[in-house]
Amino acid sequence: MADTHVGEHPDPHVSGDDPSRRDFIYIATGAVAAGAVASLAWPFIDQMNPAGDTLALASIEFDLGKVAAGQQVTVKWRGKPLFVRNRTEKEIAAAVKDDHAELRDPQTDAERHKPGKPQWLVLVGTCTHLGCVPTFGGGEYGGWFCPCHGSVYDTSGRIRKGPAPKNLAVPDYAFLSDTKIKVG
Amino acid sequence: MSGHSTYEPKTGIERWLDTRLPVIRFAMDTMVDFPTPKNLNYWWTFGAILSLMLVFQIVTGVVLAMHYVPHVDYAFASVERIMRDVNYGWLIRYMHANGASMFFIAVYVHIFRNLYYGSYKAPREVLWLLGCVIYLLMMATAFMGYVLPWGQMSFHGAVVITNLLGALPVIGDAITTWLWGGFAVDDPTLNRFFSLHYLLPFMIAGVVGLHIWALHVPGNNNPTGVNVKSKEDTVPFHPYYTVKDAFAIGVFLLMFAYFVFYSPNALGHADNYIPANPLVTPQHIVPEWYFLPFYAILRAVPNKLGGVLAMFGAIGCLFVLPWLDTSKVRSMRYRPTAKLYFFIFVLACIVLGFCGARLPDDPVIPGVTSFILIDSDLNSFVWLSRIAALYYFAYFLVITPILGLTETPLPVPESISEPVLTEKKD
Amino acid sequence: MLRKGFAIAALGFAMLAGPALGATTFEEPKDVHWSFEGPFGKFDKAQLQRGYKVYREVCSACHAMNLMYFRNLGQPGGPFYDEKYPNPNDNPYVKSLAKDIQVGDIDSETGDAIKRPAGSADKFPSPFPNEPAARASNGGALPPDLSVIAKAREGGPAYIYSLLSGFEEAPAGLTVPPGKHYNPYYPGDLSSFWTGKGPAPKGGFISMPPPLGPNKVTFDDGSPSTVQQQAKDVSAFLMWAAEPKMEERKRFGLGAMIYLLILTGLLYASYRAIWRNVSH
Repeated sequence: MADTHVGEHPDPHVSGDDPSRRDFIYIATGAVAAGAVASLAWPFIDQMNPAGDTLALASIEFDLGKVAAGQQVTVKWRGKPLFVRNRTEKEIAAAVKDDHAELRDPQTDAERHKPGKPQWLVLVGTCTHLGCVPTFGGGEYGGWFCPCHGSVYDTSGRIRKGPAPKNLAVPDYAFLSDTKIKVG
Repeated sequence: MSGHSTYEPKTGIERWLDTRLPVIRFAMDTMVDFPTPKNLNYWWTFGAILSLMLVFQIVTGVVLAMHYVPHVDYAFASVERIMRDVNYGWLIRYMHANGASMFFIAVYVHIFRNLYYGSYKAPREVLWLLGCVIYLLMMATAFMGYVLPWGQMSFHGAVVITNLLGALPVIGDAITTWLWGGFAVDDPTLNRFFSLHYLLPFMIAGVVGLHIWALHVPGNNNPTGVNVKSKEDTVPFHPYYTVKDAFAIGVFLLMFAYFVFYSPNALGHADNYIPANPLVTPQHIVPEWYFLPFYAILRAVPNKLGGVLAMFGAIGCLFVLPWLDTSKVRSMRYRPTAKLYFFIFVLACIVLGFCGARLPDDPVIPGVTSFILIDSDLNSFVWLSRIAALYYFAYFLVITPILGLTETPLPVPESISEPVLTEKKD
Repeated sequence: MLRKGFAIAALGFAMLAGPALGATTFEEPKDVHWSFEGPFGKFDKAQLQRGYKVYREVCSACHAMNLMYFRNLGQPGGPFYDEKYPNPNDNPYVKSLAKDIQVGDIDSETGDAIKRPAGSADKFPSPFPNEPAARASNGGALPPDLSVIAKAREGGPAYIYSLLSGFEEAPAGLTVPPGKHYNPYYPGDLSSFWTGKGPAPKGGFISMPPPLGPNKVTFDDGSPSTVQQQAKDVSAFLMWAAEPKMEERKRFGLGAMIYLLILTGLLYASYRAIWRNVSH
């Protein structure tokens, strides 16, 4: 029996064998084992992603009759504030006038409301800087003003001054009738 | 054998770390260079399997805890939400539930292996005691975990087991009220069971650390029961046993995967998919299968306190085993009489398990009525439990002490290397 | 000694035979073939659609399914899954199915309780507002929630199918209490109600009257609407409702088992290679 004194020479590569075939087995085993660990890791990571019931977007319907001209109503949508603003003619004109002004996040006013319904502005009420809720009507453009770090939005919800990088977001919404919208 | 370390740090980083916190040295000494008897058979792979299952249960458990709600009004629905809405929630839940059963299969094999090969004998008594502590903690953890889904079995199983403590004289009622946090198993009970179920596995992990430390002082036992005499008797743990353990784990995972993917509710009970109702008791309250032998012992004694004492006594026998065994020979490979009594012991445990699943008054042989002995027909599961339980206690308290003194063992080999060349294995 | 061991073992296995129910008896569920049985089984989409219809038109009058949302009907593996709508909440057929059903809600302005058409994000509505109301409408019995019923009963869908299609005239000599119905598949102890010859019949008294009848539900795909068909379809639907991830689970399992077999094989080869020169 070619009994090497195994305790004295703890070398896993025992002599007398075809090294490349042995090593291949070890490498193949290691690779397959690593693959198993990786494929098992994915479910544990993915389980923290939004679950089915969260993804089943809560969509809300909103009755526009509740918003008087020149006013705004704030509702909760997907855990965040949603601004529904009924703009006056003056506010619409002011927004359109600045369509081609120097804007950080260039957008025309028409891109931010549904065609034929310029007085209705539906925006996510979260400042695009760090997430505070801007106040209605504040700031020199009469749009919104964020008290946290001084971002100023115009009557189209576009960023005009302050640190916010983007305009107030327009969510996915649709008119179910002239007086009712569905958001989400 | 806790011999001196043979690790030599090779790179600069290794040397730097070695003088500050010798973790690499520790890993090399315990898991790579550690001299391990070269004749260990597959019964020795279950330690590694158990370590893996503990890690597995903790990881799946922590993840489940991200979604589970420990309140009586939400618990059942939150588990179903995990099954339906959480991404891969069904996989993680089934792995955790079946993982508990796999954990117990492995621990029972591990315990029986220790009994057969005398691994509990000197100088490994503390190792054995730590193992008994781990077993107790496992049972507590599993019991509380089963309560959490708040199904009918969860609830009524909790009622039965917590009511047992009421059997204790004088303090019994105070203890049950304290444990319940109220006058019955209810929301406070569920909440604290969740907290403790989260805590205990980490205590188990700590005791496992001590367990492995206590193992490394004398080193592993081996099938001959003969101590390691020289380096020739051993091989380094890596790669010989790391790879062998990995192969055994592979086979074990195949069994685990079969249950998780093709039979995930086979080891459970349908009644636990009925939301808990304190006003309706299930026809037949049964604990999970791994508690059935103790449940049978509990019900074998016609007295409530007696049953509780017998049940805990059955576990207590394990603790005192090293001092009950008088045999000079360690491994039952060389103790033919002891071997026989051991196999009957294993059979008694299995019989107790079956009895625990049946109603006490059900007939063992269907259709046959015998005579009434004391309180039940002789042909009933309660009497079968009594006979098996009697053997269980007799094995520890009577047979083991006497046998060590009276039996004639087979000749024990001089060393591990010797029988490898000459003897056939058992 | 060994022979005695075998005899004891045989006795042990015999103990496995009977159910642990004492004097309770029931007929074993009928042996039926399901499309979803076995390691490669799948739900039959058409059957799930028919089964949903049976639930919706017959069972939902008394039985809630509180864990089911309308959007579940459109998820992969579900009765109305459409590849074009990976988010089942958007599935238009699901939305139209939901719109037919009224759910309770609160008027966001006045706070009054109102009823409105359901959307895909809504739960299946419960027929009764609470348990006492459910019991009052059903002679004191509570119709169980059906969300996981297929896993909550021994025998699963086979039991449900047998129960629904197995209502029988009570045999002469059996006194049926008012408001109850004899069913041989429902576990019960009829010995105290039996005055006939021989042992009491197997089965028990269930509070539910036979719910299905020939042509009670019209199947859109033209399948004959027999009691057996309705029972089979609704049982399959209930199995899906209890385990919507079953197909995904078996698919994942096939991959996992194959992968584990390969890995274990490689580990065995490594083990043999490493131990080749060590006498052990």
